[in-house]
Amino acid sequence: MPSDSQLKDQIPEFHAKGGGDQEVSIANWSGVTGAIGGIRTWAEIAAIIGVAVLIIGGAELAIRGFEVPVYIMPPPSLILITLVTDFHLIAPHIGVTLTELIVGFSIGATAGFLLAAVITQFPFVEKIVAPYILLLVTTPMLALVPLLILRFGFGLEPRIIAVALASGPMVMINSATGFRRVDLAKIALARSFGASTLQIFIKIRIPMALPMVVVGLMIGSIFGLLTAVGAEMVGGSNGLGNRLAYYSSLIQMPQFFACIVVLALIGISIYVLFFWIGKRWASWES
Amino acid sequence: MDGTGRFGAGEAKLVVDGATKHYVTKTGVVHALEDYSMAVREGEFVCVLGPSGCGKSTLLWAMAGLHGLTSGTVRLDGEPVVRPHPQIAMVFQDANLLPWRSLIKNIHLPFEIKGLRPAEHKDRIDALLDRVGLTGFQTKYPRELSGGMQQRASIVRSLSVDPSLLLMDEPFGALDAFTRDEMNLLIEEIWLETGKTIVFITHSIAEAVFLADRIFVMSARPGRLSRVFEVDIPRPRPLDVTTTTHFIELVAEVKASIDHGKPVPAH
Repeated sequence: MPSDSQLKDQIPEFHAKGGGDQEVSIANWSGVTGAIGGIRTWAEIAAIIGVAVLIIGGAELAIRGFEVPVYIMPPPSLILITLVTDFHLIAPHIGVTLTELIVGFSIGATAGFLLAAVITQFPFVEKIVAPYILLLVTTPMLALVPLLILRFGFGLEPRIIAVALASGPMVMINSATGFRRVDLAKIALARSFGASTLQIFIKIRIPMALPMVVVGLMIGSIFGLLTAVGAEMVGGSNGLGNRLAYYSSLIQMPQFFACIVVLALIGISIYVLFFWIGKRWASWES
Repeated sequence: MDGTGRFGAGEAKLVVDGATKHYVTKTGVVHALEDYSMAVREGEFVCVLGPSGCGKSTLLWAMAGLHGLTSGTVRLDGEPVVRPHPQIAMVFQDANLLPWRSLIKNIHLPFEIKGLRPAEHKDRIDALLDRVGLTGFQTKYPRELSGGMQQRASIVRSLSVDPSLLLMDEPFGALDAFTRDEMNLLIEEIWLETGKTIVFITHSIAEAVFLADRIFVMSARPGRLSRVFEVDIPRPRPLDVTTTTHFIELVAEVKASIDHGKPVPAH
């Protein structure tokens, strides 16, 4: 039976504070959120601003200095200006992509979590089902989009289905890892006080699985975003992916990059959102 | 002598009768316990002493009703124990607190499981926390507490449901020597104050001699009862009792019986 200290090695540490001595990895996530929350000195702030200015300003200067044509790479300032002036053109498509993502992810994540919770209770069933889950995880669900479009048309449905199919298995495989992390001593503890199987599940197994479930939700939602954008590129007339295809075909690079900036912001927001969910619900610390 | 021989089953609080446990593993059958019998009197402090892997924990888990026996029975107040019993509480190795719960929420766990409202037992819980010196730490999480504090919290958790039998599975094995002395003193005091029956598993001879009324020595696998020692040191036993000649002689006597290893036939 593994002890707490052994388990700690396997459990992502959402509580980890940002700082120079922390390893930056997906396990403690301090790379993004920790650095934002854990800045202590003026020197650190100055360094962060300095590097940002150097990179963005350097790109601006280089593009202007070498007279790179706008249709190849617009300077950052032009991308930012376009993002503001053409935001009203992009905004409806943000709504479309977010709708696909949220609806598809909600369906996929719920199914993935429930399947993981049930299947891990029956090791034999798990052995039978595991290869198919692996198949779903490793096969790009984008490949199914043309087929889904044939069946469901050019609306949101095929994209929502693709998002659910991409995110569900990710949530499931990570949640299953969490649910498989059995600590016999903790289950024995609950049983020694007379706990039923359901009580053990709710009070011991789910809390133990939660850190891995949150990791699964994060990875699943990022995969969902990728799939939503890819599906929009394949067919249909709206969504940010569709806009990327549209603007690049017209060689409108400032608008094209403005869409990319929006997608990057959505991705980072997902990351930060699940970091805070992890910190609040699965950090094992107040 | 064996445990049951000395008392009628009627007087004993806890009786283990011919306990045998075989595990089937990939490499064959493991005989964890072999025809083990003992009887514990009401209010007695008993230590089960033996080398690592001798089946001590197997025995204790069977006493707690956490797993069954291949043959033999465990009886509490004459009633067979086949599943966890409300009168029995267990203190585990390494405290076994739930890391996602604060100290007070850990102590509330047994109440939640039993469908009781912890608020109705607040006085009792607070008194116990105060007794072990954990008042003011209720909102702390296990990772914020020292090993000794974690184990004290775990003792409070077990005592808060007011069991009559407390089973302790090498509870202080992971603690440093100073903390361990402190915990031994504390558990002796709590035992004297509450009059609980305690079965305490350890592989430390000195710990067993310090704590126990009687020491049941187990042989290595298969776990058999080899000797029973009476410890006649008067209570309360202060820590410096461990430096007295009598204490050291007792430790040496117990150690010799383990070194010679051979089970002594019951008589």
